[in-house]
Amino acid sequence: MSGFSVSRNDDANISKLYLSGFLDAHTVPKFEEALQSCLNDEQYNIIVNLKDLDYISSAGLGVFMGFIEEIRESGGDIKLTNLSNKVHKVFDLLGFPALFEIYDNENEANQKFTSG
Amino acid sequence: MGKRQKQKFNLRISSVTENLEIIRDFISRIALKGGFDSENADQVALAVDEACTNVIKHAHHHDARRMIDINVFLLNDRIRIDVTDTGKGFDPKNLSEPNLAKYAQEARHGGLGIHLMRSLMDEVHYDFKTGKKNRVSLVKYLNKQNA
Repeated sequence: MSGFSVSRNDDANISKLYLSGFLDAHTVPKFEEALQSCLNDEQYNIIVNLKDLDYISSAGLGVFMGFIEEIRESGGDIKLTNLSNKVHKVFDLLGFPALFEIYDNENEANQKFTSG
Repeated sequence: MGKRQKQKFNLRISSVTENLEIIRDFISRIALKGGFDSENADQVALAVDEACTNVIKHAHHHDARRMIDINVFLLNDRIRIDVTDTGKGFDPKNLSEPNLAKYAQEARHGGLGIHLMRSLMDEVHYDFKTGKKNRVSLVKYLNKQNA
């Protein structure tokens, strides 16, 4: 089974989450746990790197929506990087580029956090 | 374009999210066999994932004893997938067009999935018989494949 995994790497006040595999209604709890652990640690600047994400359904997109309000109210943000064309298409179809900042790579997202 | 016989494929599977991956693989392989390219086959599989996720969550309430019936028809010019449940129907006609401010709320009720299905497929039809079977039919035409 291909499954899904998420790993986290903190760099000063920025948490980076690396998603890999298939994010659907079955695997979203792992992603929710990872985001919740960031909030529990009061890490509100979050970069989600989707380089190795092969698939996302609306259940996965719903996780971003479920967390973004609280994170922005706490002065942080979720910035997305390294989307494959396939994953980007799904974000596009639901109008997510109007709601989330999407960058080609982590450096750009990092700069936005540190300069903003 | 040569005529070909209608082909039908059926999958009856337990109503749990763990099975979504098997469902996607099943659909994707049939779409490829029907002449869709991999990008469009993936889109059809995603739309069916959304339909089944709605059934598992909102009609069957994660009850693994209940079954989802997936009937796939490969026709001359299109693929049609019927997803049938036996739970209480959710009428998408009551769902308005996307409204960014309402996304978070809608996401909890499957709204994003229904918008995705409409975007990915050429036709989405619903047939509700309250208390009996509810069916969503998803259709995608071969000649409308995105380049």
